[in-house]
Amino acid sequence: MIRALGYRAVQAVMVALLVGVLTFLMMQALPGDMAFRIAAGRYGYDAVNAQAAEAVRQELGLDQPAINAFGAWFMDLLRLDFGTSVISGAPVIDEIRHQLGASLQLAGAALALSLLIGPPVGVLAGLRAGGGLDRGLLLVSTALRSVPQFLMGLILIVLVSIHLGWLPAAGYGKPAHFILPALTLALGLAAVSARITRDAMAGVAASPFYAFGRWKGLSEPQLFRRHGLRNIGVALVTFLGLQFAMLVEGVVVIEAIFGWPGIGHALVHAIFGRDVPMVQGTALLLGLGFVVLNALVDLAAHWIDPRGNTEVRT
Amino acid sequence: MLSKLLASAAMAAVLSSAAFANDGVIDVVAPFEIKGADPVTSGNIYIKMDIAEPLVNADAEGRLMPGLATEWRVSEDGRTWRFYLREGVLFHDGSAFTAEAAANALKIARAKPGLLETAPITGIEADGTDLVIRLSAPFAPLPAFLSEYRSLIYAPSAYGADGSVTTVIGTGAYHVTRLDAPLRLEAEAFGGYWGPAPAINRVSYQAVGRAETRALLAESGDADYVFNLDPASVARLKSVENVDILSVSVPRSLLIKVNGAHPALTDVAARRALSLAIDRQGLAQAILRYPAGADQILPPSIGDWHSDAVTPLTYDPEAARALLAGLGWRAGPDGVLTRNGDRFSLTLTTYPDRPELPLSAAVLQQMFAEIGVEVVIDSTNSSEVAVRHADGSLDIALFARNFALVPDPIGTFLTDYAPTGDWGAMNWNNPEFNALIAALARGEGGQPARNRAIEILQADLPVIPVAWYQQTAAVSTGITGAVIDPYERTIGLRQIRWAQ
Repeated sequence: MIRALGYRAVQAVMVALLVGVLTFLMMQALPGDMAFRIAAGRYGYDAVNAQAAEAVRQELGLDQPAINAFGAWFMDLLRLDFGTSVISGAPVIDEIRHQLGASLQLAGAALALSLLIGPPVGVLAGLRAGGGLDRGLLLVSTALRSVPQFLMGLILIVLVSIHLGWLPAAGYGKPAHFILPALTLALGLAAVSARITRDAMAGVAASPFYAFGRWKGLSEPQLFRRHGLRNIGVALVTFLGLQFAMLVEGVVVIEAIFGWPGIGHALVHAIFGRDVPMVQGTALLLGLGFVVLNALVDLAAHWIDPRGNTEVRT
Repeated sequence: MLSKLLASAAMAAVLSSAAFANDGVIDVVAPFEIKGADPVTSGNIYIKMDIAEPLVNADAEGRLMPGLATEWRVSEDGRTWRFYLREGVLFHDGSAFTAEAAANALKIARAKPGLLETAPITGIEADGTDLVIRLSAPFAPLPAFLSEYRSLIYAPSAYGADGSVTTVIGTGAYHVTRLDAPLRLEAEAFGGYWGPAPAINRVSYQAVGRAETRALLAESGDADYVFNLDPASVARLKSVENVDILSVSVPRSLLIKVNGAHPALTDVAARRALSLAIDRQGLAQAILRYPAGADQILPPSIGDWHSDAVTPLTYDPEAARALLAGLGWRAGPDGVLTRNGDRFSLTLTTYPDRPELPLSAAVLQQMFAEIGVEVVIDSTNSSEVAVRHADGSLDIALFARNFALVPDPIGTFLTDYAPTGDWGAMNWNNPEFNALIAALARGEGGQPARNRAIEILQADLPVIPVAWYQQTAAVSTGITGAVIDPYERTIGLRQIRWAQ
């Protein structure tokens, strides 16, 4: 276990270095004049012109070799300073805190909601593999999974907000604003986690030790608590780790539909506006976040199944 | 699954009772993101939300009105402007609005990119309780320039030592209580406001990029005032009971910029042929969904800069083909015109920030193909138009140009057409036009000069007008007093009341 955590620590340092260098190189390799792109990002299409671009070039020293900027960024980073956004002028860390924070909140809510829906249904289906619920689940989860998220979002808005008038259609700032975007994401997630749980549960339920448990007189709930839960836990936790990572990156469409201030949206705009400090800071924090997430999944898997080599290398 | 879905939605309904329209807050929704506290980047939002004010205001006809300045006078030689400032005005931090504060704000704004930078200003200073601006040459549109959102007046404490803006501290009827850039802003009525207190105490602004979502917010009643609707949503929202649609012609035109030095386009007959190939009404009706094909550069609603005397631009592909034949172009084997081995092929640069642009580009591509002109569309970052203008590599570009960043279009004509500009003429120089615009900027020439200037643009076609824009907004029937302003300066927030 110690070795595994040490491995993650080394991985974190490598990720930081690689992400810093790679994002910097990629931003340099993007086509177009950086000063013009930044001016367009700042002032919009009505006000970008050669004078504005020239002012940006002077202000940010873009006529200096780019390697100087990278050196300055790296030295700042050693002091845990992410610099300031070239578009808004605000500290990058504040922007990330707000926007990554909003994405994490939404992803967390979606994941929690999907946990309430997916695994319980999956367990019930897995215990009676081939039964009516199992076949119904296959149908519903396939259907939910194949509906594109933006369409699901629009359907929910029309249904819940327009026709029923129960929830705000979009926006940010109140607890009620969480529910529709989180539900949109959660339905897609639950469709998959229900299937994963169902397959794990069906495997466990068909195993000799499960049959033995039943034979020695344990009730179904007792049997599930003692022999079922832990055995499907590793597969589920590993999958949840993966899902969370995909969620944080992949909610751009949902953020756009629901007017949610997320990191995906921020990153896309930062790339269009050549906001190099913002892109570097965001990529770095996301990279480190995934390392931490993997470490947590390792720890959880180890706790669930302490039999030895269960580190999950994702 | 369904019962769980309904159960969670029902649970949610209980939580959300405070989330609807008549919750004591006027909710404004628009596509414009809040880029920061600086008026130069996001002043358009702070002026619409009545958070910050300029020295000079403008009404819906573009006439200048008192703002933080009550009156202004220009010296005999036209080089010294004196602005008499309103007394008893407080900034949101409680400090007093003074001539020094106004001078400080304008000096900082002038050092940043914007129209103010292009005015011939030599000095901005406080003189007692007045603000004095000195010029190197007479410049009649100065008060109009000061009405622009980039010239909003913030308190001295809003600026950092290097001129960066750290917080929004204006003099408006509302003060910011929460600023979650890039998407959300909340504000409350400012008790120390110099004018009549607004009827409704709390307002919010939410940026929503997707037009479908904005329309849904209007329809569900979550938003009270929704800006910039897409054509399809307008049609649908018209049948929704609790929403009114406001619409107004705005001084923004869809234009094709033409590189006057391009071998195929130097001759004015070639530009006229391109113009004749455009079915403007068809394009406007199909894409913008309102009948606003542009038969000259600005619409009739911009009275001074619309001339009834010029011959309207028309659609006549036959005449276009004849003009090009007269220039020596002959149809090649694939239908594309050739002359001395050169194909009549142009790259059209545009940008997707406004979704109608790539669509319009595709329609124009078809229309130009009808007369044998091949067009390759390059939909890219908006700044590429400026880049390609600067390095001369642009053929033609399609864009939407706002002529009233200041209420007087002379500012835009100066920067774009006298003689060239990134968002106007390219490799075009008409000495008579330059002289007319220079005279108008000095305050001379009047309407005859404006008419003649429009006539020159119409004849020479340094840009080819395609359509005039309308602005649309959806307003909840739960409020009264909201307005739509062609100059996009106000939504009438201070006058809005809950409907009885």
